[in-house]
Amino acid sequence: MKKFNIEHKFEVKSIYTEYARWIREGRLPVNSDWNKELGIKFTVQDPCQIIRKTFGDPAAEDLRFVVESVVGKENFIDMYPNKSNNFCCGGGGGFLQSGYKEERLEYGRIKDEQIQATGATYCITGCHNCHAQCHELSEHYGGGYHVVHLWTLIALSLGVLGENERVHLGPDLQEVLLPELKE
Amino acid sequence: MADGAVKIEGAHKSVFKDKVMEILPDGGNLNSCLTCGACASGCPATGMDNMDPRKFLRMAALGMDDEILDSNWPWFCTMCMRCIYVCPMQINIPQLVFNARRLTPREERPKGILGSCDQAIKIDTCSAMGCSAEDFEFVVGDILEEIVDEQVGWGEDERNLQAPIDKQGAKYFLNQNSREPMIEPEEMAPLWKILNIAGVDWTYGSKGWAAENYCLFMADDEGWEHLTRTSAAKADELGCEVFLNTE
Repeated sequence: MKKFNIEHKFEVKSIYTEYARWIREGRLPVNSDWNKELGIKFTVQDPCQIIRKTFGDPAAEDLRFVVESVVGKENFIDMYPNKSNNFCCGGGGGFLQSGYKEERLEYGRIKDEQIQATGATYCITGCHNCHAQCHELSEHYGGGYHVVHLWTLIALSLGVLGENERVHLGPDLQEVLLPELKE
Repeated sequence: MADGAVKIEGAHKSVFKDKVMEILPDGGNLNSCLTCGACASGCPATGMDNMDPRKFLRMAALGMDDEILDSNWPWFCTMCMRCIYVCPMQINIPQLVFNARRLTPREERPKGILGSCDQAIKIDTCSAMGCSAEDFEFVVGDILEEIVDEQVGWGEDERNLQAPIDKQGAKYFLNQNSREPMIEPEEMAPLWKILNIAGVDWTYGSKGWAAENYCLFMADDEGWEHLTRTSAAKADELGCEVFLNTE
């Protein structure tokens, strides 16, 4: 908007900072009890667009606050480097649509190594390009980690994640806090 | 490309680099590179197509415009801005790449990106997958109905789950990646439920709801501006305080 001098009355916000605020204000009663015994490990991919290019490290801190609130501090493993220094996964900039698949997977090699080094079973991505790319990296390089949206885990923690809303979750999370169905 | 040392014959002047410098924000200068290599050492695209960010910038500085035009590397760089983030001189290599993409005639740019950009411009939802306002409304309504019918607690006299489109005066204007309504519609539901529990007053717009912008990746300024303006105009028309990026 700045680039084109587009006048607007609204403010632009990232959903990560809003999730964090709603949790802090007690409006989203999430907790990580469901993962205390399971101990399933999660890492998170900082999307370049939201973190480095727009809102910076404060948004990255909020993202971590949300993730830790939902999966448990002890079950979150950060990749390195991270936040504003994080590497792009290779899904950005139109790479997914450009037809250069081989190059895109080669670009993503370092991201895959970063994710695998955490040993996490799940990589949380907030951005769709990251989601598609990391999912493909997991299959291509054989890492086998699952790639999930952040909203999936928040909803899971709130006990409202429906059975058909779990396509990106592995078998270990298909039954956890499943909401009631009508008869 | 440049194997071994590059010999400069006579005084080459880069038209390309000077052009980019004219439009750089905040008085950015492409001549102040210290050649330290911080950019290249932290770039996942380093080595691809025998190129890296430092080399790319040096080639521009040396006036190797033809070689830059011939390189596919601008399509392998994702313009993630890690290079400028670590650069001690804040040199805007991503902007150089963006403009290098523009050196390729529009119709010869990668077909997938071109198609997605053209599709989005054609339709006022701005959906790169061609999802119309009617399709969107249908899918949203369908998923909402399914949840209310099948899952406990979301009916009108209970939590009253809503997924409004064009709700005047809502606080938040939400965008949504086309992938959801088109490929995985049930993935929209967790977000609606979260917003409902947090007591958030929100709406989608019948126009400009699509979160993706392939015209930006195409280096098509006109298309990029059109898509951004369409979304912004709808959010303002509905009187929303916050444009919430859900990506």
